[in-house]
Amino acid sequence: MPTFEYAPAPESRDTARLKPSYGIFVDGKFVDGHGAAVKTINPASEEPLAEIAEASAEDVDIAVKAARRAYDRTWSRMPGAERAKYLFRIARAIQERGRELAVLESLDNGKPIKESRDVDIPLAAAHFFYYAGWADKLSYAGFGPDPQPIGVAGQVIPWNFPLLMAAWKIAPALATGNTVVLKPAETTPLTAITLADIIADCDLPPGVVNILPGGPSVGQAIVDHPGVDKIAFTGSTGVGKMIQKSVATSGKRVSLELGGKAANIIYDDAPIDQAVEGIVNGIFFNQGHVCCAGSRLLVQESVYDDVIAALHDRLATLRLGDPLDKNTDIGAINSAAQLARIQELAASGDAEGATRWSPECPLPNKGFWFPPTIFTGVSQANRIAREEIFGPVLSVLSFRTPQEAVDKANNTPYGLSAGVWTEKGSLILWTANRLRAGVVWANTFNRFDPASPFGGYKESGFGREGGRHGLESYLAY
Amino acid sequence: MSITLGSTTGDDLTQWADVTRDNASLRRFLHGLPGVDQVGAEARAAALGTRSIKTTAKAWAIDAAISMVDLTTLEGSDTSGKVRSMCVRAMYPDPTDAAVPPVAAVCVYPDLVATAVAALRGSSVQIASVATAFPSGRAALATKLVDVGEAVSAGATEIDMVIDRGAFLAGRYLDVYDEIVAVKAASGTAHLKVILETGELVTLDAVRRASWLSLLAGGDFIKTSTGKITPAATPPFALVMLQAVRDFAARTGQLRGVKLAGGVRTSKDAIRYLVMVNEIAGERWLTPDLFRFGASALLNDLLLQRHKLTTGAYDGADYIALD
Amino acid sequence: MPTKPTKPTKPTKPTKPTKPAIPAKPAIPAKQPAKKPATKPSAAGSSASGDRVAVRKTYKLYIGGAFPRSESGRSYPVTDRSGAILAHAAQASRKDLRDAVVAARKAFDAWSGATAYNRGQVLYRIAEMLEGRRDQFVAEIQAAEGGTEDAARQQVDAAVDRWVWYAGWADKYAQVVGGSNPVAGPYFNFSLPEPSGVIGVIAPQQSSLLGFVSVVAPALTTGNTVVVIASQDRPLPAVSLSEALATSDLPGGVLNLLTGSVAELAPWLASHRDVNAIDLTGVEPAARIALAQSAADTVKRVFAPLGFDSDAEPGTARLSAFIETKTVWHPIGV
Repeated sequence: MPTFEYAPAPESRDTARLKPSYGIFVDGKFVDGHGAAVKTINPASEEPLAEIAEASAEDVDIAVKAARRAYDRTWSRMPGAERAKYLFRIARAIQERGRELAVLESLDNGKPIKESRDVDIPLAAAHFFYYAGWADKLSYAGFGPDPQPIGVAGQVIPWNFPLLMAAWKIAPALATGNTVVLKPAETTPLTAITLADIIADCDLPPGVVNILPGGPSVGQAIVDHPGVDKIAFTGSTGVGKMIQKSVATSGKRVSLELGGKAANIIYDDAPIDQAVEGIVNGIFFNQGHVCCAGSRLLVQESVYDDVIAALHDRLATLRLGDPLDKNTDIGAINSAAQLARIQELAASGDAEGATRWSPECPLPNKGFWFPPTIFTGVSQANRIAREEIFGPVLSVLSFRTPQEAVDKANNTPYGLSAGVWTEKGSLILWTANRLRAGVVWANTFNRFDPASPFGGYKESGFGREGGRHGLESYLAY
Repeated sequence: MSITLGSTTGDDLTQWADVTRDNASLRRFLHGLPGVDQVGAEARAAALGTRSIKTTAKAWAIDAAISMVDLTTLEGSDTSGKVRSMCVRAMYPDPTDAAVPPVAAVCVYPDLVATAVAALRGSSVQIASVATAFPSGRAALATKLVDVGEAVSAGATEIDMVIDRGAFLAGRYLDVYDEIVAVKAASGTAHLKVILETGELVTLDAVRRASWLSLLAGGDFIKTSTGKITPAATPPFALVMLQAVRDFAARTGQLRGVKLAGGVRTSKDAIRYLVMVNEIAGERWLTPDLFRFGASALLNDLLLQRHKLTTGAYDGADYIALD
Repeated sequence: MPTKPTKPTKPTKPTKPTKPAIPAKPAIPAKQPAKKPATKPSAAGSSASGDRVAVRKTYKLYIGGAFPRSESGRSYPVTDRSGAILAHAAQASRKDLRDAVVAARKAFDAWSGATAYNRGQVLYRIAEMLEGRRDQFVAEIQAAEGGTEDAARQQVDAAVDRWVWYAGWADKYAQVVGGSNPVAGPYFNFSLPEPSGVIGVIAPQQSSLLGFVSVVAPALTTGNTVVVIASQDRPLPAVSLSEALATSDLPGGVLNLLTGSVAELAPWLASHRDVNAIDLTGVEPAARIALAQSAADTVKRVFAPLGFDSDAEPGTARLSAFIETKTVWHPIGV
C-alpha cells in the first residue's frame, strides 16, 4: 500500500452528452447512412457507446455531388475573408465545447482524459484558428499572386487522434477554398460527428463539409470517386501504397501521412532527466499510437546504464487505467485487433532474443490493455526495430559515435520523425541535417503546433500538414 | 548499500575527498553533472501539477502537509509575545479539533530561540533557528559561527543556514563548501538545513550544482529560500532539488531532505509539491524527517481546506485562529 | 458633469429657438442649448419619442488600461459636420503623453513575449467585442462624418473585418518575412522578426474608425505596444473602440489613446526618446518634415506613407514597418 495513494478522480462521463445513435452528415443534414449499423465501443471496458448508421458507396456519391455543388456555387467564390470568419467560428465553438469533446474522445478512443483535454482538443481548435487566418492571405503565402483551390477533397483519417486529425484535414482544405468529404476511422467516429454538429451550428453552407463514418469500403469509394479531385490520407503505410497506386491511374492530387519508426538519439552530454522525459513522452504518450512515436531509443554507450536505470525508475511512476481518471497516464489500446498486433510483435522480440521489461502494472480485466514495455539488446535486424508496432513498446539500441547514430537512425524505409538529445548546439544541427526525417525534435519530443509543418520522408509519406507549407497540397498554382 | 538518515560527520564521504581537494576539482565535478533543460524541466513540473488529488487522498495530503510545516516568523518586529503565540498554534493548530497534528517545527531568529524552547517544552515540535547572518549571508565566517553557536546554546534543534551566494556566483565553490562544513560542526547535534536562495542562483543548472555542493558538505536538508525575495520556491526549483537528493541517495546510500520556503501559500500548492516529492524523489521522502514547508500563511489555508473536507462547506477566515 | 439647465436669457445664441413658451413647437425639448442632431452618439437608446433622459457618455483618455481625464483638466468640444456639439473629449497634454509612453513601455515585455497564437486570440476576441458594438459605432460615425447610415455600416463592417485580418497575421507574418538563409559555410543561419517596441501613431483625420483600425492593428499584431493620437476632430469612435479593448483580454498599456490637438502632441511623440518608431499617417504633409527631423535625433523608424486610402487592400507594408529583423548564426558540427 503506497504512502500517498491517489484516490479516483474521474471526469464525469455525462459531460460527453452521448447519444444512443449517430448518423452521417451530408449536404448540411444528419441522415442515417445506408451502410451497416455498427456499435462503437469503449476500448477500456468493451461496453458499447452508441450505434452508428454507417455510410455506403451510394452515400459517398451523394456527398461528393453535394461537395461539388457547394464548391461550384458557393465556397470557391466566397471571398477569403468570409471563409475565414466561418473557420474562426468553428475554432471558437471547439473551445467552448472543449470538455464535452475531450470526454467523448477518451470514451471512444481510450486515451487518457489528461491528453484529450490538454492536447487533442486545444490543438484541434488551434488548427482551425491558424488556418482561418490564411484564408484571406493566400497571395502572401508564397504560391504566386493568385493560387486557386483544387476542388473536392476526399479525406480519410485514422483512429489515433480522431478529432485532431479531422482538424488537420478540414481546416487547410476549407481555408484554401476546397470542399470536403471526410471519413473518420471505423472505431472512432464520435468526435468527428460531433464536429459536424459544431459545423452545422456555425451555419457553414451545406455541402462544404461532409462527414461519413464507415469502414474501408467507404474509404475506397471516396478514393475512387471520379468527382473527388484530391485525396488526403493519414493511416498505415500499406493502405497508403494502395491509394497511391489507384491515383496513379486517375491523376488525382494526393498527400499521404503514413507510418514511422522514429529514432530517439541520446548523446552522452544530454540533459539526462529531461531526456528520460522525452523518451517516455515519445513512446508512451497516447499509448504509443503515434505515427511519429520515438519507438527506437538510440543511446550512446557511455551513458547507456544510467539512462536505462533512470528509465526503469520513471516507468514505475506511470499510472495505467481508466481513461476518464484525471490521473491516468496510459489508457487503453484502441481495439482488439491493434492489441493482437502489439502482442504479436512483442512476442517476436522475445523470440529473437531481446530482453523484455515492464514495470509492475496490474491490468484491468475488461478492455484492451498493454503495459509500457522496454526491450533491450535489440539490433537493427530485429522485427521490433524495423516494423511499426504502434503501441507502448520501446526498442533500445546503442551507438558509439554520432555518425553511427545517424546511420542507424536512417536505416529504415520510414522517415517521419526523430529526436536528438544533447546540450551541444552544433551537434544538434549537425545531426538534424543528416537525419532523413520530416520532423526533428531536439531536446524535446512530440511537440505539435498548427504553425509547424509535419510530414515524412520516404515511406512515411509526402506532403506537409501545418504551417504555410500545409497550404500547398490544397492549392493549384 | 545501507541507507542512513541524515548525514554523519563526513566520514562516509571520503570517496569524495578527491572532488573537494581544491576548487578546480570541485568545479569540474559540479560542472560535469548532467545539464538541466529549462523548458523540459518546467514542462515536467507543470505536468505533475495536473494530478488531481481528491477525497481520501486529499485528506491524507492535508494532514501530511500540516505535519511538515515549519511555522515561521522572521521579522524585525518579532517579540517574545508573537513567538509564544505562534508556538501555541504550532502545537495546537486547530483549537476545535484535537485530531489535527502539530507542525514539524517553528522557525525563528536566534535571539528568540529561548522563548520558543520555553513555550514548546514537552511537545514534539522542533525549534529551528536561522543563522549565519540570515538572510544575506554577508558577514565574516567567524561572525556566522558565533551566530550558530548562540542559537545552539539557546536550545535550537535545527539550524537553517544561508550559503554565500556571492562566493558561489563568483565560482569560489570550495569556500562555500568549507563554510557549510564549519557550520555543520558548530551545529553539534542540531540538524542543518542549507538555504540555496534559488531566486539569486536563477538557473536550474546553478541550483543543481548548489544542491550537490551542499549535500557533499554535509547538509541534512537543502532548502530553497530565505523567503525574503522572489522567486523563492517554484515547481522547477523543487523538481531539481528533489532530483538531487534522489540521485545523492542512489550514489551514497544517504537520505537527505528538502525544504521549500517562500511562495507556498495554498493547500493546492502544498499538495502539488507532495505529488512531486512522491513521483520524483519517492515515497520514502514523504515524512517530516525528509520534507518540510517553511511557511506562515499556508497553515491557515490547510486548515480551511481541512474544514471543507470535514464539514462539506467552503470555510471562512473567522473560523481559523490567528497567531 | 451637470448640463446647464436653460437660463432665462441667452444673448449669445441669436438663432436659438428658445424663446420662452412658443406653444407651436410641442415636440422639441425646447429649453436645452442647441445640441442634438437626429442621432446623438453617446445617447445609446435615447428615444426620439421619449421622455426618458439618456445617460450620456463621458469621453476620456485610455492609458495603462484605465480611463483618466487629462491631467491638465482640459477638454475640447467635438462637433458634427454642421458644427453642433456631440460631446467634449479630453484634451491630452504632454504629461498625459509621457504617462502613456511609460504605460506602453511597461506593457511591452509581456505583450511581445506572449506567443503569437495568444496575441492572435486576444486580437480576435477584440473583434468579437467590436462586432457587439456595431450599432454604437454606426451612430458615432454618422454623427462624426455625416453620410448615410448605409455608408457608416459599411465602414464599421470593413473595420471589424480588417481587425480580423490583422488578428490572423499574428502567427503567420514570421513565416512570410523570416526564414533560414543558405549561407556559404557550415552554419545554420536564420532571420526572424521582432517587434520594434513602443510605436507612436497619429491616426488618420478623416476616417474615424476604419482609418484608426488600419493604423493600430498592424502594430499590435506584430507585438508592439502603441501610443496613438486619435483624429483631432473625430475622436469619438476611437474612444469607444478603447472601451471595447478594455473589456477584451488586451492587457492594460498595450494600446494607449490620446485625444486632443495633434499639433500640440505630435512633436512630443516624435522627440520622445523612449518611443522606437512613429507613424505619421494622420499628419498633413507640410507638418511632417519637422516631426521626421525630430525623430531623427534618436534614429526612430519613421513610417510616413504618401497617401492613405482606408478602403484599399492593406498589404504588408504596415506589418514590416515596425519589425526588426534578427539574424542568428550557429555552426553545424560534432
